[in-house]
Amino acid sequence: MTFANMLSITSNEFLSALIWIVLVLSMLYFARRPFHRAVGSLSKIIYNAMRLTSAFLMQAEKRLVKRNREVLMAAGLEKAERVVEREFDRITTAVVRDLAIYPNVHRQLSEITTQLNEDYAKSADVPPSLPNWIPIIESISQIKHSGDSMVANMLAEINRSLVEQHKNAIEEYRNSSASRHSILNKMLARWRKVQRTLNHVAKSIAKLNDRAKSIDRYMDEYEKIRKQTDKAARLLSSSSLAKFFISGLFLMIGIGGVIINFNLIALPMSEMIGGGSYIGAYKTADIFALVIILIELTLGLFLMESLRLTRLFPVIGSMDDNMRRRIIWITLTMLAILAGVESALAFIHDRLAHDMEALRQTLAGVEQTAISTSMIPTVGQMFLGFILPIILAFIAIPLEYFIFSCLSVLGVAAAGLLRLIAFILRLIGNVGYYMGRFVVNVYDLLIFPPIWLEGVILGAKTRQKATPDQKIRATKELVEEPIDNLDETIELRESQE
Amino acid sequence: MKKIIASVIIFGLLNPGCTDTKSRSKGIYMLLDSPGTHALELKKAQSIINYLLGILHPGDTLAIARIDTASFSEKDIIAKVTFNERPSVANDQKRAFMQKVDTFVNSVKGRPYTDISGGVFQAIKYLNEANSGKKYILIISDLKQKLAKGHVGEVSLQLDNFSVIALNVTKLRQNIRDPKIYMARAEDWRFKVENSGGKWRVLNDLEKLDNIFTK
Repeated sequence: MTFANMLSITSNEFLSALIWIVLVLSMLYFARRPFHRAVGSLSKIIYNAMRLTSAFLMQAEKRLVKRNREVLMAAGLEKAERVVEREFDRITTAVVRDLAIYPNVHRQLSEITTQLNEDYAKSADVPPSLPNWIPIIESISQIKHSGDSMVANMLAEINRSLVEQHKNAIEEYRNSSASRHSILNKMLARWRKVQRTLNHVAKSIAKLNDRAKSIDRYMDEYEKIRKQTDKAARLLSSSSLAKFFISGLFLMIGIGGVIINFNLIALPMSEMIGGGSYIGAYKTADIFALVIILIELTLGLFLMESLRLTRLFPVIGSMDDNMRRRIIWITLTMLAILAGVESALAFIHDRLAHDMEALRQTLAGVEQTAISTSMIPTVGQMFLGFILPIILAFIAIPLEYFIFSCLSVLGVAAAGLLRLIAFILRLIGNVGYYMGRFVVNVYDLLIFPPIWLEGVILGAKTRQKATPDQKIRATKELVEEPIDNLDETIELRESQE
Repeated sequence: MKKIIASVIIFGLLNPGCTDTKSRSKGIYMLLDSPGTHALELKKAQSIINYLLGILHPGDTLAIARIDTASFSEKDIIAKVTFNERPSVANDQKRAFMQKVDTFVNSVKGRPYTDISGGVFQAIKYLNEANSGKKYILIISDLKQKLAKGHVGEVSLQLDNFSVIALNVTKLRQNIRDPKIYMARAEDWRFKVENSGGKWRVLNDLEKLDNIFTK
């Protein structure tokens, strides 16, 4: 039925249009309730489904956050244990070292003490004094004689003997003093030795004391982590993020090193195994070069594990020391051999590059420039070829940090993503709900004449009671409440029924 | 079980049978119509050969043959080589190849005949024997077939997996007054090549060689 046909049901087009409008409005008026219910149900389905999914995601996010925290705490505990263990190792080393020399120190101190005792005893000896009869003789020698030559001679002789005796006594006293001073001088050196030894012991004890304080501090941290305090979690989280970026930076540097190393050995590798064969889409020589670099990285990883610098493979770290030492030597030897091979490949690379450049110039018809005969670039490349594998061995350390920090960083990112999705779902749910309301209102707006008539006809009587529509509006106010678990469901109010 | 898997992987990597040495190799056969009067064309051909020597890798094949003969035969091949797998040896081979081409360019004398079909036939045979992955026949000629009396020029060609590239020499030769004649001959060859399963292309700009051979 065309529009023109529709307007020709009566002879008057206006009348026909009016009849159609009345019919349509009546139809829409009678379909109003079912339409409201349908739209209301649809919007509530969207709203509830979105909020339910959002609640599920939030619960998953909570579980993830909890798991992240556990992972973070476990990593923190392991790290703290490692630090405390290292401190104990250092203390053990210090104690073993100091105790090993203690018998020697004790013996030295005993010997020095004995010598000091002896010296002290010697230094306390009194010098020999003059005999008791000396004053008597001195008195006789001072007697004034009356001119008798014999008496005078005798007295003079006595006086001379006395003076000589004095001289001898003074000489003996001086010698004795010198000897005591000499003993005292020797004692000074011994005292200093004793002081040095005691200082050394004091230093050792002070170091032990410092280490003990460090252990106390680490143990405090360990205790905080063990109690899973929020502060510890925050510290570990920020530390993990910092580690992620720092180790990522070092890994990027390492990858740069791998690329340089690859370029250094890929060309000469084709000289060894042929440059025309392919495995899949890649040159066999390139794959071999890459495999060699990967083997070097693996050896580096094992070396770092054996040295207990990393703990990616706890089974290596927990081996007995002899076995670990063997692994260290084996990996070191293999690494050195591969470094030597790379050095030789770097030499071939240099020769090949020269040869290719010369050929290129010949083919281009350019006059050949004199090829430098200096050995410096060649030696430089060889050195680079040797040193790069050894440097790359240390990539294991940032790799370990990256892997462990990656776990927590990825966990945090995943939790954030879940939160974002949950928010978007809630938003969609709310938009769906209000869109339903909007459609209902637009519908009512289109059929306002019959609704107005309904109001007029029903009059004050019905106005006293709330109209069903008002009831719907009164009961359908949307209250935003956070849904934290799946047990909370949204009350479906079938108020329109 | 793990040991077995590891052994299989290592064996697979180390086993030469697992590696693909041929499917990625290139084989180029250049047919050179070398009338003595066209020095410019010869120089151009020489620069193309030098370019090809520069881009070809170990395992690739290159052959140059003249087609200005009454009937093409093996002795018309100027130089041919399959480059050694070792780059250093391949470089020496390239130098020797270049030397041969130099000698040819300096000593070539013009002949009144041109046997393109015979040359293409030999090129197919040679490149098939070389088992190259990608096969190219490069023709530097005015595409005019001039055979001695009694020789048959029409031979059936099997050009599956071959690309036949003709270098447009109208810019190089003074005696081609009307380029339309050359284009008509090129169209004939296109028909012949495409009917034989090959790809035909006329190269007007040498710079576009890069697009063909380095892809």
